[in-house]
Parts: sequence; C-alpha cells; structure tokens
Amino acid sequence: MRALVVDDSRAMRNIIAGILRDIGFEADTACDGQEALNRLAAGPLPEVVLLDWNMPVMDGFTFLVEARKKPEYADVRIVMVTTEGEIAHMVKALEAGANEYIMKPFTKDVIAEKLMILGVMPE
Amino acid sequence: MSLSATDFDYIRTLVMKRSAIVLEAGKEYLVESRLIPLAKREGFSGLEEMCAGMRAKPSPALVEKVVEAMTTNETSFFRDLMPFEAMKKQIVPELIAARGGSKCLSIWSAASSSGQEIYSLAMLLRENFPALRDWRISLLATDLSQEMVARTKQGLFSQLEVNRGLPAPLLIKYFTKEGTHWQIKQELRDLVEVRQMNLAESWKLMPQLDVVFLRNVLIYFSVETKREILGRVREILRPDGTLFLGAAETTLNIDENWTRVQIDKTSCYRPGAAELRKAA
Ligand SMILES: C[S@@+](CC[C@H](N)C(=O)[O-])C[C@H]1O[C@@H](n2cnc3c(N)ncnc32)[C@H](O)[C@@H]1O
Repeated sequence: MRALVVDDSRAMRNIIAGILRDIGFEADTACDGQEALNRLAAGPLPEVVLLDWNMPVMDGFTFLVEARKKPEYADVRIVMVTTEGEIAHMVKALEAGANEYIMKPFTKDVIAEKLMILGVMPE
Repeated sequence: MSLSATDFDYIRTLVMKRSAIVLEAGKEYLVESRLIPLAKREGFSGLEEMCAGMRAKPSPALVEKVVEAMTTNETSFFRDLMPFEAMKKQIVPELIAARGGSKCLSIWSAASSSGQEIYSLAMLLRENFPALRDWRISLLATDLSQEMVARTKQGLFSQLEVNRGLPAPLLIKYFTKEGTHWQIKQELRDLVEVRQMNLAESWKLMPQLDVVFLRNVLIYFSVETKREILGRVREILRPDGTLFLGAAETTLNIDENWTRVQIDKTSCYRPGAAELRKAA
C-alpha cells in the first residue's frame, strides 16, 4: 500500500513517513499542497494522504478541496495531521472531504489506529 | 538504591491480596518505577522507608494508592477495532432480534480503566442502532481503581487520548471541548453506570448480562484466579450471551466450559462447552 505524506517540515515528513514504513507502507513525501497535487496527477495513486494544514505555496485545506473535485481521486483517503485542535477546524476539514483528523502531538499508535479505522492497513 | 527482596515480597503479597495481580520475580523494576514516585509524593525518602512505614502502621489509604499504582491502565477507544466490528455486524443485530420482547440489553465493561471501552460501546449503539432508542439499555463499567472509576464517571480525555482509535466524526458529535481536554457529552455519560469493583472478590449485585467485555485484565492474574473469574462470568452471562477477551487472552486450558466463536478476524466466547453445544 502507498501513502503520501504532505508537510512543509522536513522533520515532520520524516517522522510520519518513518512510522508509515514501519507499519508496512511505501511512503512518498511532498512539501506542500501543490507538489502533492502534482504527485497525484503523475500517479500511481496512494491509498492514503497524510496532510498538514498550514503550509506555504498551497495549504492542506486548499489541497483537500482541489483533490475532492476530482472523481478519480475519490478512493484516496485523506487524513489531516495538524496542530489545529478546534472543533470548527475539524468540522471544516471533514465537510470538505477529509476522512480522518489527527491532532499533533501524536504517536505511532495513533497513526496506526486511525488507519485501521479507515480500513487502510497493509497486511 | 534498589528494592530489597523483603520489600519486594511485602509489596507483591500486598498487591496480590488486594487485586489478585501477580508480580513475578523479575518485576522489581516495575515496582520501583511505579512506587518510587508515589513514595516521594507521600513524603517518604524512598521505597524502603515507605515499606517500613506501611509495615509498622498500614494506612488503608496508602495501601490503596500502592495497589492502584501497580495497575496498568493502558486503553484506547475502539481498542483492537475487530471486537467492536463484531458487535456492530453480528452480536447486537442478533440480540435485537432475540430480545424484541423484553427490549432490554445489558453490557458490562469489566476492568474499564478510564472509560474508553464503555463509551466506545455507547457510541457504537447510538450510531448504528437507532431502533434501540426506546429500549432499556444498561451499560455498566467497573474497575478496581477508584481513580479510574472517577475518571470514567467524568468522561474527560486528553488530546492524545481522543486521538487514539476514535474516529474524528464521533469526536465532533459526542464530545465537547473543555480547555485542552475533551468531555464525552452528558447524554452518553447518563447511559453508563460506573462502579468500583474488584473482580477477584465476591461479586455483589450483578445483573444478568448479554455482553461482557473482559479485556486485558486476566493477563495480570494467576490461572486459578482467571478460572474463578471466567466461572463467575458464565453464571451471570445469559445462555446466548457473548464474552470478549483481550487479543492475547483465551479461555483455552483455563475454563473449558466455553465455545470459541470466530467472527471475521476476532474471536469471542459463548457459555457452554463445544461438545455440549453440538449435542444440543
Ligand atoms: C489494561 S486495563 C484494560 C482496560 C480495557 N478493558 C481495555 O482493554 O482497553 C486493565 C484494568 O484492569 C484493572 N484491574 C486490575 N486488577 C483488577 C481487579 N482485581 N479487579 C478489577 N479491575 C482490575 C486496572 O485498574 C486497569 O484499569
């Protein structure tokens, strides 16, 4: 299974991608929403995108809205991974088509359990 | 300064007597890591002094704190997921069909820790079974630890705790944000009865039950205690009731009067030995 990690912080990208690889994913990374859109367009499509909210160039929310306009990405699960912990943010992301929401700080278990809920788990 | 053999023995006997939790040789590090901070908080210079103090004049309050400190309260919402999926897809629909007459359903989370297990079940029922709205649903949560009982009653969880296993849509729907924490809504707290209860002592006032979640607690007990507890669960579980154990737990070679039932990727247990069930 493939995952795409989108975060402007290199340290954060490495942490999340490392966790995903431990779980058994092939993890790719992108630094902002625009790069992530390019990645999706180039294919192959990941099963899941782990997405930061605040990023330069194109933020995570804009990416989410753009990605959800494309029916061909409908099966891609999108998980927000963000410091934004207000209910209003969560509602906004879920209404825009995010499938899950993880608040930083998180642990490896948090990521694994959320992916299990979404039914994206390498055997 | 490390724990003397006499002090380890004292603690281990005490914890065994009060909670049935077995501390084998080799668990000295665990006693130290859990009790040294407690000793300091209680104003002792260290573990040795606390043990000496307790031997000289045991205070019930301190004994309780020691036992509580030796429990492991690790838990999460929808822990292991599969048992909850089995509840959703099979167990609850079957119970709804079978109990249509009485419209009563009772579920017990024995060793509920901070409450994630019972509230996961409460949310599962609310989300998936609107037909149960006019049923009498009894959700019982019990734990040995007074602190865990209080926490379950309060239903207050940290950011990290609500991150763990809880689908975001359920967080939004069933919790309110209280500063840096999240509290499960009153309407769900009202569904749950929370009590302090030691599984290893005699059980008072237990109702007949349809489903028992007895997960990740038998592992701490001796085989004899496990057997005794499983026997008592059989007495209060209805004949078509269901028992869920933790992923690393089983009735096998402990109490043979259960039938293991596989549901998708999880197993649960029904009262009655397999041969008897086949014959019936
Ligand atoms: C690891 S937690 C399990 C929580 C939950 N059932 C789960 O699976 O996530 C174990 C709990 O068992 C409780 N416990 C330990 N000994 C007990 C006893 N003798 N009677 C009742 N509860 C006990 C502890 O206080 C602790 O909260």
